[in-house]
Amino acid sequence: MTPLLEVRDLATRFHTLDGTVYAVNGISYTLEEGQTLGIVGESGCGKSVSVLSVMRLIPEPPGKIVAGQVIYRGQDLLTLDEAQMRQIRGKEIAMVFQDPMTSLNPVLTIGRQISEALIAHMGMSQEQARARTVELLEMVGIPQAADRYRDYPHQFSGGMRQRVMIAMALSCMPSILIADEPTTALDVTIQAQIIDLVKALRDRLGMAVIWITHDLGIIAGLAEKVIVMYAGFIVERGEVDDIYDDPRHPYTLALLKSLPRVDRSSQERLATIPGLPPDLLDLPPGCPFAPRCIYRVERCLQENPQLKPVGLHHEIACWVDVTTGREQ
Amino acid sequence: METTGESLALGVSGEAEPPPLSPRQLIWRRFRRHKMAVAGIFMLIFLILYSVVGALFVSESYANYTDTTKRLQPPSAEHPFGTDTVGRDILARTIYGGQISLLIGLFAVLVETVVGVLIGAIAGYYGGAIDSILMRFTEAMFNIPQLFLLLVMAKFFAGKIPTIQLLGRTFSGSVIVIILILGLTSWMYLARIVRADFLSLKEREFILAARTIGTSNLEIIVQHILPNSMAPIIVSATLGVASAILSEAYISFLGLGVQPPTATWGNMLDGAYNYIDSAPWLWIFPGTLIVLTVLAINFVGDGLRDALDPRTLAA
Amino acid sequence: MSQYIIRRLLQAIPLLLIISLILFVLMRNTGDPLATMGGRRLTRPEDRARLARQFGLDKPIYVQYLYWLIGNDWTKIDMDGDGVPETPGIRKGVLRGEFGTSLVTRGKPVLTIIWERLPNTLLLMIITEIVIIVFSIVIGVYSALRQYSLIDHLVTTASFVGYSMPIFFVALASMYIFAVNFKKWGLPYLPTVGMFDPQVGKTPAQVALHMVLPVLSMSLVSIAGYSRFVRATMLEVMSEDYIRTARAKGLPNFIILFIHALKNASLPLVTIIGLDIPMLLGGAIVTERIFAWPGMGRLFLDHVSRADTPVVMGILMLISVAVVIFQLITDIVYAWLDPRIRYT
Repeated sequence: MTPLLEVRDLATRFHTLDGTVYAVNGISYTLEEGQTLGIVGESGCGKSVSVLSVMRLIPEPPGKIVAGQVIYRGQDLLTLDEAQMRQIRGKEIAMVFQDPMTSLNPVLTIGRQISEALIAHMGMSQEQARARTVELLEMVGIPQAADRYRDYPHQFSGGMRQRVMIAMALSCMPSILIADEPTTALDVTIQAQIIDLVKALRDRLGMAVIWITHDLGIIAGLAEKVIVMYAGFIVERGEVDDIYDDPRHPYTLALLKSLPRVDRSSQERLATIPGLPPDLLDLPPGCPFAPRCIYRVERCLQENPQLKPVGLHHEIACWVDVTTGREQ
Repeated sequence: METTGESLALGVSGEAEPPPLSPRQLIWRRFRRHKMAVAGIFMLIFLILYSVVGALFVSESYANYTDTTKRLQPPSAEHPFGTDTVGRDILARTIYGGQISLLIGLFAVLVETVVGVLIGAIAGYYGGAIDSILMRFTEAMFNIPQLFLLLVMAKFFAGKIPTIQLLGRTFSGSVIVIILILGLTSWMYLARIVRADFLSLKEREFILAARTIGTSNLEIIVQHILPNSMAPIIVSATLGVASAILSEAYISFLGLGVQPPTATWGNMLDGAYNYIDSAPWLWIFPGTLIVLTVLAINFVGDGLRDALDPRTLAA
Repeated sequence: MSQYIIRRLLQAIPLLLIISLILFVLMRNTGDPLATMGGRRLTRPEDRARLARQFGLDKPIYVQYLYWLIGNDWTKIDMDGDGVPETPGIRKGVLRGEFGTSLVTRGKPVLTIIWERLPNTLLLMIITEIVIIVFSIVIGVYSALRQYSLIDHLVTTASFVGYSMPIFFVALASMYIFAVNFKKWGLPYLPTVGMFDPQVGKTPAQVALHMVLPVLSMSLVSIAGYSRFVRATMLEVMSEDYIRTARAKGLPNFIILFIHALKNASLPLVTIIGLDIPMLLGGAIVTERIFAWPGMGRLFLDHVSRADTPVVMGILMLISVAVVIFQLITDIVYAWLDPRIRYT
């Protein structure tokens, strides 16, 4: 069976005044119909750039997708022209962004911002789009939706704006919803509400979801498959249980140790990972995580490991077997 | 909100980083990257050399020497830029005119900066009634279009300041008048910037600390607050030189600026439009010099603004 | 909103009073309006004293200002110079809408003099402003969309050069090219003087033709400045998150550009234009002088050189009022464009 979306060896770079930023360095993954994929990593590890590349929303220049394929329903999105790509964006693949404060246009009503996608993609008239927009606003839980059609973004709270963003993304019933850290900018209680909302809508509408986050805790109850990214590389991927119960990459291990868990004693101190993520301007020749890695061996500094299987669907890119602490 | 994953990035760095650049080095590095700004510096040096070194080859009396038998001569070997309506050599006049124009630009900005910083600092630091009186006055001055104000003030001061002798040169009183009125009609913008900076800075901890240990108001203003608003002052002053040179040209062009025989690039253009078809060299040479100077200063100012941008310097 | 407008207008009153005071003091010392009274002969000493008393020029400056402001019909003036005021004053003062009479054109009312010239200047200003806005938006937006392209580099450099040019230089150069040289080369050339050719008469076509060079001279410098500004603002707006959202929705480019981006980018532009219109008035002085355009700028020059305080004050106060009103309009337009702003 062909997957809904297949990303192959995708690589994206930014050519800046200071040099070339190697943001995404050959990543591959697949997404099935209705499946939820979590992409995890620290800020600046290339997770946002990787999905923006899928949508072809990388600002060019300075950015450029230098290699790879993005196959959606058998069609390579990277070979489409702008007009064809516009038919994919919003209609087939929709996106919710991190900061609902800046992602909505401040000078246009939210009704207009939602209905314009309906008019552009579904060929609706103003009135039809308006009626549908009110339905969508109700669906995402905006009270008095009909009255709020004419309101501007600044008249909504952060959580409500993110609901508006979700309504906007779902307006044309996309097959894939990409959520780029949609809860990072929100309060904890609101975070949970938004996650529950997306879950409920996903199950109701049967769409696939790519959920990007730096918070492994969020992914646990949401995704089926997880990708862990570091410095533009995929360092570990697997089923959600593989990642949580049997993490094999030192970076994933460190990430999990830094997470507060109810099944561990509260006396235990949360671990931090020493050091900073590498500068994507000049990547070290070896494994990018090596400088911060406690399992580091000589080889890590010379050669960057490829992904290789350690379980049925479980792969890591590491020279060391963390269960033994020895080089494989 | 800060979540666990994000805080990872804030962990202590284990590796030694290169020592950070001092702000001065950083500014210089950024300024150098601005190719236009560097080109502007070279253009300016050339223009200054033109009017300073050029003066070693021709005397001022030659620049002011009239010979009506040779009026309106086109450029030739003897007069490379031609002659003006009373037969003066235009090349020599652009050299001496350049000196005056550049001097006017510099000194007018000096006046502008002193007045602007003084008024802005006093208004911002003391606040209250002093602030509102000064700001009403600033606003009133702002509301009169500058050229109108300049022309009225040029008439106001005309003939009231005597000619002075300095370094063996005679400076027409009108030069001083122009410097004064240019300074007195352009300080408002700077005053507002400085006032805003002072208002926000004076409540900051380090100023309060200075005050609690009994530092005097003047010391606080000069030593603690002023250095913090240096960047906008420097940029505004640089660009101010360009607009002062332009303004001088405008009023001299309208015949109310520096009076002949003293030449400036501006007053050399006065009346040139009467000879637009017969003697274009009357305005082409001084006009081009004005444009080049203003362009060069604008380039430098633009580069400085980028290099001094506090949003990126703080990092 | 209407409360806000009323409050702003009330605040403008003290401002205009301060402006008038500053200008009045400056004007009173700018020369001797009685020297020739606009004629060729010098005014005789005995007439001079009488005229000074008639116009109140013998009074201290604050009294003169008071008369200018509120008139002198509530008091008597000493016309014959015997130290006893006997003739009732007739001036009503600016506050009652009377700007007095010109000192140099034999008692012609100031407002009449200004009204004769105002339409000409307004015509020039409005056309120039439209040209500036249209061209700077088109050039700025285009240049922003093609950032770092050859055309963008050309536009950026050209606008930098244009921005550094004095208006008179543009005027002289365009005159030299489009009038002098075009004529020399046998091409159709543009007129350089006045509003119309007296032999043809004041037809709209004539006026339009005579406006080309003045409008070009006044607008070029501003277009250069504004297009740089529009480009910078557009670049900033185009990198905003909400533009990415709009693109992620798969909207057509022109909707993203002209609705999502331009509406946001026009906000700072509105402020700049509102503040710069007075500058354009300054430009009108030079342009009208060079092209012999019979507008307010030339009127101002003619009368300031003869120290005709009532006329000069009239022009300057009119401009100051215009500046205040433009600032208010700017605020209103801004609020209309940006729903986040609500004035109370």
